[in-house]
Amino acid sequence: MNKQRYVDISVGLFMLLGLLALLVMVMKVSGMADLISIKGYQVSADFTDIGGLKVRAPVTVAGVKIGEVTRIELQPGALNAKVTMKLRNDKRIPYEDSSARILTEGLLGSNYISIVPGFEDEESKDHPYLRSGDVIAKTQEAIILENLIGQLLFNIKK
Amino acid sequence: MLELISRLGQRGLDGAQSIGSSGLFLLRVLARRPDLPRLWPAIRAQLYFIGVLSCLIIVVSGLFIGMVVGLQGYNTLEKFGAGSQLGQLLALSIARELGPVISALLFAGRAGSALTAEIGLMKATEQLASMDMMGIDPLGRIIYPRFLAGLIALPVLSLIFTVVAIYGGYFIGVQWLGVDSGSFWSNMQAAVNFRLDVASGIIKSVVFAFVAIWIAMFQGFTCIPTAQGISQATTRTVVYSSLAVLGFDFLLTAMMIGGW
Amino acid sequence: MPSNLVEITDLRFSHDKRVIFNGVNIAVQRGKITAIMGPSGSGKTTLLRLIGALLTPDSGEILVNGSNIHQLSRSALYQARRKMGLLFQSGALFTHLSVFDNVAFPLREHTRLNEAMLRDIVLMKLEAVGLRGAASLMPSELSGGMARRVALARTIVLDPELMMYDEPFTGQDPISMGVLVRLIKRLNELLQTTTIIVSHDVNETCSIADYVYLIAAGRVIGEGEPQALQQSTDPLIRQFIYGEADGVVPFHYPARPYAEELLDA
Repeated sequence: MNKQRYVDISVGLFMLLGLLALLVMVMKVSGMADLISIKGYQVSADFTDIGGLKVRAPVTVAGVKIGEVTRIELQPGALNAKVTMKLRNDKRIPYEDSSARILTEGLLGSNYISIVPGFEDEESKDHPYLRSGDVIAKTQEAIILENLIGQLLFNIKK
Repeated sequence: MLELISRLGQRGLDGAQSIGSSGLFLLRVLARRPDLPRLWPAIRAQLYFIGVLSCLIIVVSGLFIGMVVGLQGYNTLEKFGAGSQLGQLLALSIARELGPVISALLFAGRAGSALTAEIGLMKATEQLASMDMMGIDPLGRIIYPRFLAGLIALPVLSLIFTVVAIYGGYFIGVQWLGVDSGSFWSNMQAAVNFRLDVASGIIKSVVFAFVAIWIAMFQGFTCIPTAQGISQATTRTVVYSSLAVLGFDFLLTAMMIGGW
Repeated sequence: MPSNLVEITDLRFSHDKRVIFNGVNIAVQRGKITAIMGPSGSGKTTLLRLIGALLTPDSGEILVNGSNIHQLSRSALYQARRKMGLLFQSGALFTHLSVFDNVAFPLREHTRLNEAMLRDIVLMKLEAVGLRGAASLMPSELSGGMARRVALARTIVLDPELMMYDEPFTGQDPISMGVLVRLIKRLNELLQTTTIIVSHDVNETCSIADYVYLIAAGRVIGEGEPQALQQSTDPLIRQFIYGEADGVVPFHYPARPYAEELLDA
């Protein structure tokens, strides 16, 4: 093929390659795919101590990621932390008796929220599952290493 | 002694003068309404010379850098039992820093020096003067398309470099060193924020492209029109562009870390 | 319409502390071939660049077609340049374009002609310099003489009013030289183009020039029709015209006395 055509085609391929690289960066590397496609509902929970929990930390049920933490705010009155999270629309969690705990990934890893689902209660049929705006009543605070050590020392002393 | 000081002063004044004239040069090149349909063939040709022909060095370097970072990174992370964080380490260090900076340095060396030599040769063989005499502004016809092509090519090359490097690290980490593939990607995705990391890398590469091409064009345009002059100009392009890229990298990183 | 297309008055120019012109007055008549000759380093090429406004004089003025070209705005200057053609000594063809594209370049930039008309004009100009068959070659495939002829075709493609030739005969073999001489003469006759030739080839230049200026040491040392100069008695003019090795312009570069230097062990 003549030189001009070769030049044009290779420049076109070059630009396509760049575009592809950009797409890979967006989708695979920054995980934006999740962010874009997530259509979710917001629920919140109050914790007395969130430990090292950060925004965008995963929210899991039985270890499977079903959402993210979107906001962490200090409640002015009770001075506890209100954590707002966005859960995927297709995941339904029973409203009654569900609890949220803050766990740590591995031993030194970052914090995340694990929701333990409650019972599907016959009585509250009109509000069986968590929906937007709900507050998860039962929460367990993060396990802080210093507290554990303090407890351990206390027990040893005894 | 006094002479030394006066010579130093003279050097300083010369330096200031060349920075000033390069600024004026930039203004004269950019202050025009881009006649894109007319210029498009020239821009396309330059995209080929600057972009496509740099691909090989970018891809190979990207691969090696990614593999090395993967290897070194895993080596250190393993000591803390954090081997699964390799993806995060790779993505952040390459997307934010190594990708834009190393591609810019390679670009300055390969494309920048080639551009300076080309423009310098056109000056030495009086092609620029004859174009001027025909009533056609060589800044608009020769310099401007190369400028635009460089502004497009380097960010594209940086992205390609970054992706190739990350996959190079993936290859080393997962296939060779045994990091779990799932946690490699999911840790990476959890840690990489598009705006802070990927976008800032792209912005850096645009700034680097601007600076590298500007220096390359200026050195070529103002070189002494002899063979020796051209080779001196080419060397200056590589040295100045590299220093400028590293300097701007520091500035941009400082601005971006602070949150922007 | 002034009878002199180019008028240079009291031109002074220096470069790097070397004085090149120290009060030069030249008048180029419309439609005629004017030659500017002088020894090497007398600044002849610089003069053409000054006329084309590639350089700016220290003082004095250059009028082209009645207007001072160094006081024109950028766009007015570019307009004026379209009516001028400067043939560089090296030809200065664009190395990345073919012969055809080189000659077509000014047309494509300055006119809105469609490709068919453009092609006709380019081929006509190439035919005038005898290189129509070389239209698809690249500059690197041409000999020096051919490159210069292609450059000539490119310079005349917009039919300029003023043609300037920078050392067109230097380094040419006798055949190409003869070709170029005929071309320059014919172009001048057919198109009434005002021509300035800068050269130090006395015989060739004097055979076609209508008027000659001799420049040395920054001043005009002689002017007149070629016949008149050849019969001049001025020693400097005679030395140049007849190629005498030694005369007013010395053969020896200034140095210490010969015996003294040799005996200094």
